[in-house]
Amino acid sequence: MRVRLLDLAHARSGDKGDTANVGLIATRPEWYDVLARHVTVERVAAHFAGVIGGPVERYELPNLGALNFLLHGALDGGGTVSLKTDAQGKVYSTALLRLILDVPDAEAARFSLPPAP
Amino acid sequence: MSAPRTVRVGGGQGFWGDEPDAPRRLVERGPIDFLMLDYLAEVTMSILQKQKERDPSLGYARDFVGAIDSVLPALTTRGVRVVANAGGVNPRGCASAVRAAVDARGAGAAVRIGVVTGDDLLPRLDELIAGGHPLVHMETGAPLAGIRERVLSANAYIGAAPIREALRGGATIVITGRSTDTALTMAPIAEAFGWQSDDHDRLAAGIVAGHIIECGAQASGGNCLADWRSVPDLADVGYPIVEASADGSFVVTKHPGTGGRVSVATVTEQLVYEMGDPHAYITPDVIADFTTIRLTADGPDRVRVTGIRGRAPTPFLKVSIAYRAGFKAIGSLVYAWPDALEKARAADRILRERLDRLGLRFDQVLTEYVGASATHGVLAGEPGPDLAEVQWRVGVRSERRADVERFTREVVPLVLNGPPSVTGFAGGRPKVEEIVAYWPALIDKRVVSPRVEVV
Repeated sequence: MRVRLLDLAHARSGDKGDTANVGLIATRPEWYDVLARHVTVERVAAHFAGVIGGPVERYELPNLGALNFLLHGALDGGGTVSLKTDAQGKVYSTALLRLILDVPDAEAARFSLPPAP
Repeated sequence: MSAPRTVRVGGGQGFWGDEPDAPRRLVERGPIDFLMLDYLAEVTMSILQKQKERDPSLGYARDFVGAIDSVLPALTTRGVRVVANAGGVNPRGCASAVRAAVDARGAGAAVRIGVVTGDDLLPRLDELIAGGHPLVHMETGAPLAGIRERVLSANAYIGAAPIREALRGGATIVITGRSTDTALTMAPIAEAFGWQSDDHDRLAAGIVAGHIIECGAQASGGNCLADWRSVPDLADVGYPIVEASADGSFVVTKHPGTGGRVSVATVTEQLVYEMGDPHAYITPDVIADFTTIRLTADGPDRVRVTGIRGRAPTPFLKVSIAYRAGFKAIGSLVYAWPDALEKARAADRILRERLDRLGLRFDQVLTEYVGASATHGVLAGEPGPDLAEVQWRVGVRSERRADVERFTREVVPLVLNGPPSVTGFAGGRPKVEEIVAYWPALIDKRVVSPRVEVV
Protein backbone atom coordinates (compact mmCIF):
# COMPACT_ATOMS: atom_id res chain seq x y z
CA MET A 1 0.00 0.00 0.00
CA ARG A 2 1.20 3.49 -0.80
CA VAL A 3 1.47 5.72 2.27
CA ARG A 4 2.45 9.37 2.41
CA LEU A 5 5.18 10.16 4.93
CA LEU A 6 3.24 13.39 5.50
CA ASP A 7 0.45 11.30 7.03
CA LEU A 8 2.77 9.40 9.39
CA ALA A 9 5.17 11.99 10.70
CA HIS A 10 5.98 15.60 11.42
CA ALA A 11 9.41 17.15 11.09
CA ARG A 12 11.68 20.10 11.78
CA SER A 13 14.88 20.96 9.97
CA GLY A 14 17.84 23.25 10.51
CA ASP A 15 21.43 23.79 9.45
CA LYS A 16 25.04 23.27 10.51
CA GLY A 17 27.37 24.68 7.90
CA ASP A 18 26.53 23.15 4.53
CA THR A 19 24.58 20.29 6.13
CA ALA A 20 20.83 20.34 6.72
CA ASN A 21 19.34 18.11 9.38
CA VAL A 22 15.79 16.80 9.29
CA GLY A 23 14.31 15.40 12.47
CA LEU A 24 11.46 13.12 11.44
CA ILE A 25 8.97 12.38 14.23
CA ALA A 26 6.27 9.68 14.19
CA THR A 27 2.84 11.22 14.73
CA ARG A 28 1.84 8.12 16.71
CA PRO A 29 4.46 6.35 18.85
CA GLU A 30 3.73 2.96 17.26
CA TRP A 31 4.51 4.33 13.80
CA TYR A 32 8.17 4.85 14.73
CA ASP A 33 8.84 1.21 13.76
CA VAL A 34 7.34 1.84 10.33
CA LEU A 35 9.56 4.87 9.84
CA ALA A 36 12.65 3.00 11.06
CA ARG A 37 11.97 0.12 8.62
CA HIS A 38 11.03 2.10 5.53
CA VAL A 39 12.66 5.53 5.71
CA THR A 40 16.15 4.20 5.14
CA VAL A 41 19.32 6.09 4.25
CA GLU A 42 19.07 4.69 0.72
CA ARG A 43 15.43 5.73 0.34
CA VAL A 44 16.15 9.28 1.55
CA ALA A 45 19.30 9.60 -0.58
CA ALA A 46 17.29 8.55 -3.64
CA HIS A 47 14.52 11.03 -2.73
CA PHE A 48 17.00 13.92 -2.58
CA ALA A 49 19.09 12.84 -5.58
CA GLY A 50 19.84 15.94 -7.64
CA VAL A 51 18.69 18.19 -4.79
CA ILE A 52 21.61 17.73 -2.38
CA GLY A 53 25.29 17.36 -3.26
CA GLY A 54 26.52 15.00 -0.56
CA PRO A 55 25.69 11.81 1.30
CA VAL A 56 22.88 11.15 3.79
CA GLU A 57 23.38 9.91 7.37
CA ARG A 58 20.65 8.55 9.64
CA TYR A 59 20.47 8.38 13.44
CA GLU A 60 17.76 6.62 15.44
CA LEU A 61 16.03 8.12 18.47
CA PRO A 62 13.46 5.50 19.45
CA ASN A 63 13.07 7.34 22.77
CA LEU A 64 11.57 10.30 20.92
CA GLY A 65 9.93 8.27 18.16
CA ALA A 66 12.24 10.09 15.78
CA LEU A 67 14.89 9.64 13.14
CA ASN A 68 17.50 12.30 12.48
CA PHE A 69 18.80 12.69 8.94
CA LEU A 70 21.89 14.67 8.02
CA LEU A 71 21.77 15.85 4.43
CA HIS A 72 25.30 16.87 3.49
CA GLY A 73 25.95 19.41 0.76
CA ALA A 74 22.32 20.51 0.97
CA LEU A 75 22.67 24.25 1.36
CA ASP A 76 24.81 25.41 -1.54
CA GLY A 77 27.62 26.45 0.77
CA GLY A 78 25.36 27.16 3.72
CA GLY A 79 24.51 30.11 5.91
CA THR A 80 25.59 33.45 4.53
CA VAL A 81 27.37 32.07 1.44
CA SER A 82 24.31 30.34 0.00
CA LEU A 83 22.15 32.14 -2.55
CA LYS A 84 19.19 29.87 -1.91
CA THR A 85 15.84 31.06 -0.56
CA ASP A 86 16.16 28.29 2.02
CA ALA A 87 19.81 28.97 2.85
CA GLN A 88 19.35 27.62 6.38
CA GLY A 89 17.51 24.45 5.45
CA LYS A 90 14.33 25.38 7.28
CA VAL A 91 11.98 23.60 4.88
CA TYR A 92 13.91 20.43 4.06
CA SER A 93 11.53 19.11 6.72
CA THR A 94 8.50 19.19 4.44
CA ALA A 95 10.59 18.26 1.40
CA LEU A 96 11.28 14.93 3.14
CA LEU A 97 7.58 14.56 3.97
CA ARG A 98 6.85 14.42 0.23
CA LEU A 99 8.22 10.87 0.29
CA ILE A 100 5.74 8.13 -0.58
CA LEU A 101 6.36 4.76 1.08
CA ASP A 102 5.42 1.34 -0.26
CA VAL A 103 4.35 -0.57 2.83
CA PRO A 104 3.27 -4.23 2.63
CA ASP A 105 -0.53 -4.44 3.02
CA ALA A 106 -0.32 -6.63 6.14
CA GLU A 107 2.01 -4.18 7.85
CA ALA A 108 -0.13 -1.21 6.83
CA ALA A 109 -3.20 -2.95 8.29
CA ARG A 110 -1.41 -3.93 11.50
CA PHE A 111 -0.36 -0.30 12.15
CA SER A 112 -3.61 1.25 10.82
CA LEU A 113 -1.69 3.37 8.33
CA PRO A 114 -3.75 5.85 6.31
CA PRO A 115 -3.57 5.10 2.57
CA ALA A 116 -2.27 7.80 0.24
CA PRO A 117 -5.19 9.66 -1.37
CA MET B 1 21.57 28.80 52.09
CA SER B 2 19.43 25.76 51.35
CA ALA B 3 18.89 24.71 47.75
CA PRO B 4 15.50 25.57 46.26
CA ARG B 5 13.01 22.86 45.32
CA THR B 6 12.73 24.02 41.72
CA VAL B 7 14.48 26.63 39.61
CA ARG B 8 12.47 28.28 36.85
CA VAL B 9 14.31 29.57 33.78
CA GLY B 10 12.39 31.34 31.01
CA GLY B 11 13.76 31.65 27.48
CA GLY B 12 12.83 35.15 26.35
CA GLN B 13 14.76 35.64 23.08
CA GLY B 14 15.57 33.00 20.47
CA PHE B 15 17.84 35.14 18.32
CA TRP B 16 18.84 38.76 17.78
CA GLY B 17 15.71 40.11 16.17
CA ASP B 18 13.18 38.16 18.21
CA GLU B 19 10.06 39.85 19.59
CA PRO B 20 11.18 42.81 21.75
CA ASP B 21 8.26 42.46 24.15
CA ALA B 22 8.80 38.79 24.98
CA PRO B 23 11.17 39.27 27.99
CA ARG B 24 8.71 41.61 29.70
CA ARG B 25 5.82 39.21 29.11
CA LEU B 26 7.87 36.37 30.61
CA VAL B 27 8.48 38.24 33.87
CA GLU B 28 5.01 39.79 34.14
CA ARG B 29 2.69 36.89 33.25
CA GLY B 30 3.92 34.53 35.95
CA PRO B 31 6.84 33.58 38.16
CA ILE B 32 10.34 32.82 36.90
CA ASP B 33 13.68 32.89 38.73
CA PHE B 34 15.97 33.46 35.76
CA LEU B 35 15.40 35.16 32.43
CA MET B 36 17.62 33.62 29.75
CA LEU B 37 18.13 35.63 26.57
CA ASP B 38 19.98 34.12 23.60
CA TYR B 39 21.03 36.63 20.94
CA LEU B 40 23.83 34.92 19.06
CA ALA B 41 23.61 32.80 15.93
CA GLU B 42 26.64 31.55 13.99
CA VAL B 43 27.02 34.71 11.92
CA THR B 44 25.87 37.27 14.50
CA MET B 45 29.37 37.76 15.90
CA SER B 46 30.70 38.96 12.54
CA ILE B 47 27.85 41.47 12.16
CA LEU B 48 28.64 42.77 15.63
CA GLN B 49 32.35 42.91 14.81
CA LYS B 50 31.60 45.11 11.78
CA GLN B 51 29.55 47.42 14.02
CA LYS B 52 32.39 47.62 16.52
CA GLU B 53 34.84 48.54 13.75
CA ARG B 54 32.64 51.53 12.90
CA ASP B 55 32.08 52.51 16.54
CA PRO B 56 34.26 50.94 19.28
CA SER B 57 31.51 51.42 21.87
CA LEU B 58 29.20 49.04 19.93
CA GLY B 59 29.47 45.37 18.98
CA TYR B 60 26.79 43.97 21.28
CA ALA B 61 23.06 43.20 20.91
CA ARG B 62 21.55 46.62 21.49
CA ASP B 63 18.05 45.15 21.89
CA PHE B 64 19.25 43.86 25.23
CA VAL B 65 19.39 47.35 26.77
CA GLY B 66 15.71 47.86 26.01
CA ALA B 67 14.93 44.37 27.28
CA ILE B 68 16.58 45.11 30.64
CA ASP B 69 14.76 48.42 30.86
CA SER B 70 11.46 46.60 30.30
CA VAL B 71 12.05 43.99 33.02
CA LEU B 72 13.82 46.17 35.58
CA PRO B 73 11.00 46.19 38.19
CA ALA B 74 11.07 42.38 38.28
CA LEU B 75 14.83 42.45 38.84
CA THR B 76 14.75 44.97 41.66
CA THR B 77 11.60 43.91 43.49
CA ARG B 78 11.19 40.17 42.81
CA GLY B 79 14.76 38.98 42.58
CA VAL B 80 14.57 37.77 38.97
CA ARG B 81 18.06 37.45 37.51
CA VAL B 82 19.13 37.62 33.88
CA VAL B 83 21.66 35.56 31.92
CA ALA B 84 22.33 36.65 28.34
CA ASN B 85 24.98 36.34 25.63
CA ALA B 86 24.09 39.88 24.54
CA GLY B 87 27.71 41.01 24.93
CA GLY B 88 28.64 39.83 21.44
CA VAL B 89 32.17 41.06 20.70
CA ASN B 90 31.97 43.79 23.36
CA PRO B 91 30.57 42.49 26.68
CA ARG B 92 32.06 45.40 28.62
CA GLY B 93 30.49 47.92 26.23
CA CYS B 94 27.19 46.11 26.66
CA ALA B 95 27.55 46.27 30.44
CA SER B 96 28.24 50.02 30.29
CA ALA B 97 25.10 50.61 28.23
CA VAL B 98 23.02 48.48 30.59
CA ARG B 99 24.54 50.25 33.60
CA ALA B 100 23.59 53.63 32.12
CA ALA B 101 20.02 52.48 31.47
CA VAL B 102 19.66 51.04 34.99
CA ASP B 103 21.14 54.16 36.61
CA ALA B 104 18.80 56.37 34.58
CA ARG B 105 15.91 54.54 36.26
CA GLY B 106 17.46 55.13 39.69
CA ALA B 107 17.96 51.40 40.17
CA GLY B 108 21.74 51.44 40.05
CA ALA B 109 22.36 50.30 43.61
CA ALA B 110 20.03 47.30 43.33
CA VAL B 111 21.59 45.82 40.19
CA ARG B 112 24.98 44.15 39.93
CA ILE B 113 26.26 43.27 36.48
CA GLY B 114 28.53 40.31 35.87
CA VAL B 115 30.62 40.42 32.70
CA VAL B 116 32.20 37.30 31.18
CA THR B 117 35.07 37.87 28.75
CA GLY B 118 37.93 35.84 27.36
CA ASP B 119 36.09 34.22 24.46
CA ASP B 120 37.45 36.75 21.95
CA LEU B 121 40.46 35.19 20.22
CA LEU B 122 40.86 37.79 17.47
CA PRO B 123 43.65 39.75 19.18
CA ARG B 124 45.49 36.45 19.86
CA LEU B 125 45.04 34.79 16.50
CA ASP B 126 48.60 35.14 15.15
CA GLU B 127 50.07 34.12 18.50
CA LEU B 128 47.81 31.03 18.58
CA ILE B 129 48.62 29.97 15.00
CA ALA B 130 52.36 30.48 15.65
CA GLY B 131 52.00 28.52 18.89
CA GLY B 132 50.80 25.37 17.15
CA HIS B 133 47.04 25.94 17.02
CA PRO B 134 46.28 25.86 13.27
CA LEU B 135 42.48 26.19 13.79
CA VAL B 136 41.75 23.86 10.91
CA HIS B 137 38.24 23.97 9.43
CA MET B 138 36.20 21.24 11.12
CA GLU B 139 34.69 20.02 7.84
CA THR B 140 37.39 20.66 5.22
CA GLY B 141 40.54 20.28 7.36
CA ALA B 142 42.07 23.42 5.83
CA PRO B 143 44.28 25.50 8.16
CA LEU B 144 43.13 29.01 9.05
CA ALA B 145 46.41 30.51 7.83
CA GLY B 146 45.06 30.38 4.26
CA ILE B 147 42.38 32.98 5.02
CA ARG B 148 44.00 34.68 8.02
CA GLU B 149 43.99 38.19 6.51
CA ARG B 150 40.26 37.94 5.78
CA VAL B 151 39.21 37.02 9.33
CA LEU B 152 36.65 39.37 10.89
CA SER B 153 36.01 37.70 14.22
CA ALA B 154 37.12 34.63 16.16
CA ASN B 155 35.43 33.53 19.36
CA ALA B 156 35.66 30.40 21.48
CA TYR B 157 32.34 28.96 22.66
CA ILE B 158 32.78 29.02 26.42
CA GLY B 159 30.77 27.06 28.95
CA ALA B 160 28.87 27.42 32.19
CA ALA B 161 31.73 27.89 34.69
CA PRO B 162 32.27 31.65 34.30
CA ILE B 163 28.51 32.30 34.33
CA ARG B 164 28.25 30.33 37.57
CA GLU B 165 31.12 32.34 39.00
CA ALA B 166 29.35 35.60 38.14
CA LEU B 167 26.13 34.37 39.77
CA ARG B 168 28.08 33.30 42.87
CA GLY B 169 29.57 36.79 42.92
CA GLY B 170 26.06 38.20 43.26
CA ALA B 171 25.39 39.34 39.71
CA THR B 172 21.78 40.31 39.00
CA ILE B 173 22.55 40.37 35.27
CA VAL B 174 25.21 38.19 33.66
CA ILE B 175 26.43 39.33 30.25
CA THR B 176 28.60 37.03 28.17
CA GLY B 177 30.12 37.11 24.72
CA ARG B 178 30.22 33.86 22.76
CA SER B 179 29.18 31.42 25.45
CA THR B 180 27.23 28.41 24.24
CA ASP B 181 23.50 29.02 24.02
CA THR B 182 22.82 26.06 26.28
CA ALA B 183 25.20 27.20 29.05
CA LEU B 184 23.00 30.26 29.61
CA THR B 185 20.29 27.92 30.93
CA MET B 186 22.42 25.17 32.46
CA ALA B 187 24.61 27.55 34.51
CA PRO B 188 21.91 29.10 36.72
CA ILE B 189 20.27 25.70 37.34
CA ALA B 190 23.57 23.98 38.15
CA GLU B 191 24.63 26.84 40.41
CA ALA B 192 21.32 26.89 42.29
CA PHE B 193 21.56 23.16 43.02
CA GLY B 194 25.32 23.08 43.51
CA TRP B 195 25.98 20.48 40.79
CA GLN B 196 29.65 19.55 40.39
CA SER B 197 31.68 19.42 37.19
CA ASP B 198 31.67 15.60 37.20
CA ASP B 199 27.92 15.43 37.73
CA HIS B 200 27.59 14.57 34.06
CA ASP B 201 24.01 13.33 33.96
CA ARG B 202 22.58 16.38 35.66
CA LEU B 203 24.76 18.81 33.72
CA ALA B 204 23.59 17.10 30.54
CA ALA B 205 20.00 17.58 31.69
CA GLY B 206 20.72 21.30 32.09
CA ILE B 207 22.12 21.37 28.56
CA VAL B 208 19.01 19.64 27.15
CA ALA B 209 16.85 22.16 29.03
CA GLY B 210 18.89 24.91 27.41
CA HIS B 211 18.53 23.39 23.95
CA ILE B 212 14.76 23.27 24.38
CA ILE B 213 14.34 26.94 25.33
CA GLU B 214 17.21 28.55 23.39
CA CYS B 215 15.02 29.22 20.35
CA GLY B 216 12.25 30.94 22.27
CA ALA B 217 8.70 30.16 21.20
CA GLN B 218 9.88 27.52 18.74
CA ALA B 219 9.48 25.16 21.74
CA SER B 220 6.03 26.42 22.73
CA GLY B 221 3.96 26.18 19.58
CA GLY B 222 5.74 28.47 17.16
CA ASN B 223 6.90 26.96 13.86
CA CYS B 224 5.31 23.69 14.96
CA LEU B 225 4.21 21.44 12.14
CA ALA B 226 2.34 18.89 14.27
CA ASP B 227 -1.34 19.82 14.12
CA TRP B 228 -0.30 23.42 13.41
CA ARG B 229 -3.80 24.72 12.68
CA SER B 230 -4.91 24.02 16.23
CA VAL B 231 -2.10 25.85 18.08
CA PRO B 232 -4.01 28.60 19.95
CA ASP B 233 -3.37 32.33 20.14
CA LEU B 234 0.13 32.67 18.69
CA ALA B 235 -0.37 36.46 18.80
CA ASP B 236 0.15 36.15 22.57
CA VAL B 237 2.46 33.15 22.50
CA GLY B 238 3.94 32.16 25.85
CA TYR B 239 7.71 31.76 25.69
CA PRO B 240 9.01 28.49 27.13
CA ILE B 241 9.95 27.97 30.77
CA VAL B 242 11.97 25.16 32.34
CA GLU B 243 11.13 24.16 35.92
CA ALA B 244 14.23 22.27 36.97
CA SER B 245 14.55 19.94 39.95
CA ALA B 246 17.67 19.00 41.91
CA ASP B 247 17.69 15.44 40.52
CA GLY B 248 18.14 16.72 36.95
CA SER B 249 14.58 16.14 35.82
CA PHE B 250 12.63 19.14 34.62
CA VAL B 251 9.29 20.26 33.24
CA VAL B 252 8.89 22.41 30.13
CA THR B 253 5.92 24.75 30.38
CA LYS B 254 4.72 28.31 29.77
CA HIS B 255 2.73 30.80 31.80
CA PRO B 256 -1.00 30.04 32.22
CA GLY B 257 -3.23 32.14 30.00
CA THR B 258 -0.63 32.67 27.30
CA GLY B 259 -0.99 31.40 23.75
CA GLY B 260 0.88 28.65 21.99
CA ARG B 261 1.29 25.08 23.20
CA VAL B 262 3.75 22.96 25.12
CA SER B 263 3.26 19.29 24.27
CA VAL B 264 5.39 16.23 23.64
CA ALA B 265 5.12 17.10 19.93
CA THR B 266 6.26 20.73 20.24
CA VAL B 267 9.15 19.81 22.55
CA THR B 268 10.24 16.92 20.32
CA GLU B 269 10.33 19.20 17.27
CA GLN B 270 12.62 21.58 19.13
CA LEU B 271 14.81 18.75 20.44
CA VAL B 272 15.61 17.56 16.91
CA TYR B 273 16.23 21.09 15.61
CA GLU B 274 19.83 21.55 14.37
CA MET B 275 20.70 18.11 15.69
CA GLY B 276 23.82 16.26 14.58
CA ASP B 277 24.76 12.92 16.16
CA PRO B 278 22.17 12.59 18.94
CA HIS B 279 24.48 10.35 21.00
CA ALA B 280 27.00 13.16 21.34
CA TYR B 281 25.70 16.69 21.80
CA ILE B 282 29.07 18.21 22.64
CA THR B 283 29.39 21.23 24.91
CA PRO B 284 32.36 22.62 26.87
CA ASP B 285 30.94 21.23 30.14
CA VAL B 286 29.52 17.83 29.22
CA ILE B 287 28.50 15.59 26.32
CA ALA B 288 24.74 15.02 26.40
CA ASP B 289 23.15 11.88 24.95
CA PHE B 290 19.83 12.83 23.34
CA THR B 291 18.90 9.17 22.87
CA THR B 292 18.33 8.94 26.65
CA ILE B 293 15.73 11.72 26.89
CA ARG B 294 12.27 10.65 28.11
CA LEU B 295 9.31 12.96 27.53
CA THR B 296 5.94 12.52 29.23
CA ALA B 297 2.84 14.68 29.20
CA ASP B 298 2.37 16.18 32.67
CA GLY B 299 -0.91 18.09 32.39
CA PRO B 300 -1.96 20.97 30.14
CA ASP B 301 1.05 22.68 28.54
CA ARG B 302 3.47 20.71 30.69
CA VAL B 303 6.01 18.13 29.51
CA ARG B 304 8.22 16.27 31.98
CA VAL B 305 11.77 15.48 30.84
CA THR B 306 13.72 12.72 32.59
CA GLY B 307 16.39 10.07 32.15
CA ILE B 308 19.10 12.20 30.56
CA ARG B 309 22.62 10.80 30.57
CA GLY B 310 25.85 12.68 30.03
CA ARG B 311 29.56 12.01 29.97
CA ALA B 312 32.81 13.92 30.35
CA PRO B 313 33.48 16.68 27.83
CA THR B 314 36.28 16.74 25.25
CA PRO B 315 39.54 18.67 25.84
CA PHE B 316 38.51 21.14 23.11
CA LEU B 317 36.37 24.22 22.70
CA LYS B 318 34.68 25.02 19.44
CA VAL B 319 35.77 28.28 17.85
CA SER B 320 33.49 30.35 15.67
CA ILE B 321 35.47 32.29 13.08
CA ALA B 322 33.94 34.66 10.53
CA TYR B 323 35.80 35.81 7.41
CA ARG B 324 35.19 37.92 4.32
CA ALA B 325 34.35 35.67 1.37
CA GLY B 326 33.47 37.85 -1.60
CA PHE B 327 30.22 39.50 -2.62
CA LYS B 328 26.70 38.55 -3.55
CA ALA B 329 23.48 40.11 -4.77
CA ILE B 330 20.01 38.73 -5.24
CA GLY B 331 17.44 40.26 -7.58
CA SER B 332 13.89 39.33 -8.38
CA LEU B 333 10.89 40.19 -10.56
CA VAL B 334 7.35 38.82 -10.56
CA TYR B 335 5.69 37.40 -13.69
CA ALA B 336 1.90 37.11 -13.82
CA TRP B 337 -0.58 34.74 -15.48
CA PRO B 338 -0.81 33.58 -18.22
CA ASP B 339 2.31 31.46 -18.70
CA ALA B 340 4.01 33.02 -15.68
CA LEU B 341 6.68 30.34 -15.29
CA GLU B 342 7.45 30.27 -19.02
CA LYS B 343 7.94 34.06 -18.99
CA ALA B 344 10.17 33.89 -15.94
CA ARG B 345 12.31 31.23 -17.60
CA ALA B 346 12.59 33.39 -20.73
CA ALA B 347 13.73 36.32 -18.57
CA ASP B 348 16.37 34.10 -17.01
CA ARG B 349 17.75 33.11 -20.42
CA ILE B 350 17.95 36.77 -21.46
CA LEU B 351 19.71 37.79 -18.25
CA ARG B 352 22.27 35.01 -18.49
CA GLU B 353 23.03 35.92 -22.10
CA ARG B 354 23.51 39.56 -21.05
CA LEU B 355 25.89 38.53 -18.24
CA ASP B 356 27.88 36.45 -20.76
CA ARG B 357 28.07 39.25 -23.31
CA LEU B 358 29.29 41.62 -20.61
CA GLY B 359 32.07 39.16 -19.78
CA LEU B 360 31.13 39.03 -16.12
CA ARG B 361 32.45 36.10 -14.15
CA PHE B 362 30.74 34.62 -11.13
CA ASP B 363 31.48 31.70 -8.84
CA GLN B 364 27.78 30.93 -9.02
CA VAL B 365 24.58 32.15 -10.66
CA LEU B 366 21.53 30.59 -9.02
CA THR B 367 18.00 30.93 -10.38
CA GLU B 368 14.93 30.00 -8.38
CA TYR B 369 11.25 30.24 -9.30
CA VAL B 370 9.37 31.16 -6.13
CA GLY B 371 5.88 29.72 -6.33
CA ALA B 372 7.01 26.80 -8.45
CA SER B 373 10.18 25.17 -7.13
CA ALA B 374 12.31 27.48 -4.94
CA THR B 375 12.06 25.54 -1.72
CA HIS B 376 11.65 21.90 -2.79
CA GLY B 377 13.28 21.96 -6.23
CA VAL B 378 12.46 19.04 -8.51
CA LEU B 379 10.60 17.33 -5.66
CA ALA B 380 7.77 19.81 -6.22
CA GLY B 381 7.20 18.51 -9.75
CA GLU B 382 6.38 20.62 -12.78
CA PRO B 383 3.56 23.04 -11.89
CA GLY B 384 0.43 23.36 -14.00
CA PRO B 385 0.22 26.12 -16.61
CA ASP B 386 -2.17 28.27 -14.61
CA LEU B 387 0.05 29.62 -11.82
CA ALA B 388 -1.24 33.07 -10.86
CA GLU B 389 2.32 34.38 -10.65
CA VAL B 390 5.92 33.33 -10.24
CA GLN B 391 8.74 35.24 -8.61
CA TRP B 392 11.91 34.93 -10.66
CA ARG B 393 14.80 35.15 -8.19
CA VAL B 394 18.42 35.26 -9.32
CA GLY B 395 21.48 35.38 -7.09
CA VAL B 396 25.14 35.79 -8.04
CA ARG B 397 28.32 35.35 -6.05
CA SER B 398 31.84 36.51 -6.91
CA GLU B 399 35.14 37.64 -5.42
CA ARG B 400 34.92 40.60 -7.83
CA ARG B 401 32.69 43.29 -6.38
CA ALA B 402 32.53 45.14 -9.72
CA ASP B 403 30.99 42.11 -11.46
CA VAL B 404 28.33 41.75 -8.77
CA GLU B 405 27.70 45.50 -8.98
CA ARG B 406 27.18 45.24 -12.74
CA PHE B 407 24.74 42.35 -12.26
CA THR B 408 22.56 44.57 -10.05
CA ARG B 409 22.04 46.90 -13.03
CA GLU B 410 20.87 44.12 -15.34
CA VAL B 411 17.77 42.86 -13.52
CA VAL B 412 15.30 45.75 -13.42
CA PRO B 413 15.78 46.76 -17.10
CA LEU B 414 14.06 43.49 -18.01
CA VAL B 415 10.82 45.17 -16.99
CA LEU B 416 11.04 47.09 -20.27
CA ASN B 417 13.40 44.82 -22.24
CA GLY B 418 12.10 41.36 -21.46
CA PRO B 419 9.02 39.15 -21.41
CA PRO B 420 5.62 40.76 -20.63
CA SER B 421 3.29 40.79 -17.59
CA VAL B 422 6.10 41.67 -15.21
CA THR B 423 5.97 43.60 -11.95
CA GLY B 424 7.40 43.54 -8.43
CA PHE B 425 10.42 45.79 -9.02
CA ALA B 426 9.52 48.44 -6.44
CA GLY B 427 12.69 47.76 -4.45
CA GLY B 428 14.79 48.96 -7.39
CA ARG B 429 18.26 47.59 -8.01
CA PRO B 430 19.41 44.69 -5.87
CA LYS B 431 21.98 45.56 -3.19
CA VAL B 432 25.53 44.23 -3.20
CA GLU B 433 26.34 42.48 0.08
CA GLU B 434 29.70 41.38 1.36
CA ILE B 435 29.63 37.68 2.21
CA VAL B 436 30.82 36.85 5.70
CA ALA B 437 31.45 33.12 5.85
CA TYR B 438 31.71 30.84 8.84
CA TRP B 439 34.80 28.82 9.75
CA PRO B 440 34.26 26.35 12.60
CA ALA B 441 37.38 25.05 14.35
CA LEU B 442 38.50 23.45 17.60
CA ILE B 443 41.04 24.69 20.10
CA ASP B 444 42.68 23.22 23.19
CA LYS B 445 40.63 24.35 26.18
CA ARG B 446 43.73 25.20 28.17
CA VAL B 447 44.62 28.21 26.03
CA VAL B 448 41.25 29.92 26.60
CA SER B 449 40.79 31.60 29.99
CA PRO B 450 37.39 33.15 30.62
CA ARG B 451 37.40 36.11 33.01
CA VAL B 452 34.60 37.33 35.24
CA GLU B 453 34.01 40.77 36.71
CA VAL B 454 31.00 41.79 38.78
CA VAL B 455 30.43 45.54 38.83
